[in-house]
Amino acid sequence: MFEILKRQEMADGTVVLNEISAPLIAKKAKPGQFVILKANETGERIPLTMAEADPKKGIITIIYQIVGKSTALFKSLQVGDKFQDVIGPLGKPTHLEKIGTVVCVGGGTGVAVMHPITRGLKEVGNNVIAIIGARTKDLLILEDKMTAASHELHVCTDDGSYGHHGFVTDVLKEVLEKEDVKLVVGIGPVPMMKFVCKVTEQFKVKTLVSLNSIMVDGTGMCGCCRVSVGGKTQFACVDGPEFDGHEVDFEELMQRLQAYTAEEAAAYGKYKGECKLA
Amino acid sequence: MAEKKVKKEKIPRQPMPEQEPDVRRRNFNEVPLGYSKELAMKEAERCIQCKKPTCISGCPVSIDIPAFIKLIKEGEFTKSIRKLWEKNGLPAVCGRVCPQEDQCEGVCVLAKKGEPVAIGNLERFVADLEREHGTGELPPKAKPTGKRVAVVGSGPSGLTVAGDLTLKGHDVTIFEAFHKPGGVLVYGIPEFRLPKEIVFSEVNFLERLGAKLECNAVVGRIVSIDELFEQGYDAVYVGVGAGLPRFMNIPGENLIGIYSANEYLTRSNLMKAYLFPEYDTPIAKGKNVAVFGAGNVAMDSARTAMRLGADVVRIVYRRSREEMPARAAEIHHAEEEGIEFYLLTAPTKFIGDENGRVTGMECLKMELGEPDESGRRRPVPIKGSEFQLECDLAVIAVGAGANPLLTQSTEGLELNRWGYVIADPETGKTTKKGVWAGGDIVTGSATVILAMGAGRAASDSIHQYLTWGW
Repeated sequence: MFEILKRQEMADGTVVLNEISAPLIAKKAKPGQFVILKANETGERIPLTMAEADPKKGIITIIYQIVGKSTALFKSLQVGDKFQDVIGPLGKPTHLEKIGTVVCVGGGTGVAVMHPITRGLKEVGNNVIAIIGARTKDLLILEDKMTAASHELHVCTDDGSYGHHGFVTDVLKEVLEKEDVKLVVGIGPVPMMKFVCKVTEQFKVKTLVSLNSIMVDGTGMCGCCRVSVGGKTQFACVDGPEFDGHEVDFEELMQRLQAYTAEEAAAYGKYKGECKLA
Repeated sequence: MAEKKVKKEKIPRQPMPEQEPDVRRRNFNEVPLGYSKELAMKEAERCIQCKKPTCISGCPVSIDIPAFIKLIKEGEFTKSIRKLWEKNGLPAVCGRVCPQEDQCEGVCVLAKKGEPVAIGNLERFVADLEREHGTGELPPKAKPTGKRVAVVGSGPSGLTVAGDLTLKGHDVTIFEAFHKPGGVLVYGIPEFRLPKEIVFSEVNFLERLGAKLECNAVVGRIVSIDELFEQGYDAVYVGVGAGLPRFMNIPGENLIGIYSANEYLTRSNLMKAYLFPEYDTPIAKGKNVAVFGAGNVAMDSARTAMRLGADVVRIVYRRSREEMPARAAEIHHAEEEGIEFYLLTAPTKFIGDENGRVTGMECLKMELGEPDESGRRRPVPIKGSEFQLECDLAVIAVGAGANPLLTQSTEGLELNRWGYVIADPETGKTTKKGVWAGGDIVTGSATVILAMGAGRAASDSIHQYLTWGW
């Protein structure tokens, strides 16, 4: 089980797509849910929201950015290699219902998570406007798929190398001014989600965000992933990962994501050193 | 002057050889080193083989204690382990983590006038001897019945059910949510108290008997209990543990460096974060550590923090020493290792720095008032007693609640107001047909042996149901 059937590098090799054989998980997975993966015996448990799940073929797809040792280790796995452990599907699925016009905002690898949700929102009959962004053109992912999953797609790059020159929030503002939007879903780096929520707050449009807290078990057992939502502590793994963005304490989330920065840097440095020697 | 009767010299209780406190407080190796054959046989001689043994009734799984001890005394170690296995599938575990002073040893006749027989140490001795030098011969197993049982959770109660029912010829599959089996024995209890190799060896024993094990299987997510029945299972045992961390709900609790005991211990034990960076999971290494609560989990957390290099580790507890729920041996070991006890102290808020990392806390001194519903004297804050304590790592070990992930997604499984599964205390039968439950998900946080006792009761009932249909 958990064999890698397909491997594709994206965004200049900074992002990797893996299709993994996981029939039981694929059968149950719904948009918005995540899995926890562990590469080998000494590995860490890493939560990743699924980008795709094909119950017929028994395959799940993950798309991840290389940010440290664990994701670098994932990247080193080739077709035919196996993840030692894949656990899921975890978390609550996205609530998909027909409500009218919906805007899906995805940034960086968040676009990968956004894709099945965008498609799902379209399939239930919503008018779906998607906005995706990246720092620069080469880092943009899944443009084709997002075009197909939405009725209207806007692309932004921070440096203006492609599409709109600027942030996703600029385009979001324009869309909100023109359209009668019922729901915004924002998934991407925490600062992006925070600013998406700032914009939608002005327009009083309900906004969902998907949170990527640090986790261990992913079943509500340890409380590592706790976030403050509306002044109450919630567990991203079982109460989320999606929450009402206007209620989320993003400052606390950003700080908590820094909990192991020093350890992560040390581990990644050591790993890169070992790779060079090998 | 009348001549004194020549009395046979009394053998004192044989002390357990241990790693020295100064050494062990900085390593993760097991603290007690185990009896040698000589020590074990000498200790076994102390058992007076009561005609009406009280120790058996003190044991939640009714081990024939005098019998297994007599076999040790006679040097019949293989026979002794077989005697233990009749009632207990996990003797190497129980010999280490049972609260013997409240059970078998607490009611030992010798305890009335002196020290009880070291039943736990003897159980451990004979189990270790078998594991390390035994023949590996399996106990006899009944003919296959063709009945299939799903055991959800591979903690002490699940393993007991799996072992019992496999021996009775049923086809048992254990589902474990984590990537390794053992439940709390693996994620909760530290290596220095229960080496993980022992747990894996016990699980391996069950697999050799014929039980199947599926790790990474979160029942309630990947498969529901109703789907297990659809797949052809005839009975389901739910032994998923408590598994919901309890926080104190005071300001600042989400600062970095504040862990639930579940998280802290899972990182260290299951993920082997104490071996970081050889293992990839990190854990905060505090210099000045506060652990809240005074149960076994609190002691485990405090002693782990000390082994990870802390200068100061404090147990902060709102009641007094008398009310501390931990085993006496754990408290004693913690004290020997330099853990400090701040009793009658309750935190009111955590304080952090500009990066959101914990730097200290505010506390109140308490005094004991009238007994509360638990029968323990209720702690009452002393007005104006506020003071501050520094800490750069805090572990909250004030108990656990019922994890709703499986229970709330299962139709027909009734829960009590705290979310625990309602089950018949005699049989473990739940309100859902074909479903039994036991261990912490029924009783709330308790002990390994009580969970095993519940597993034993349920496995008897399940066997009856599979055999007779009721």
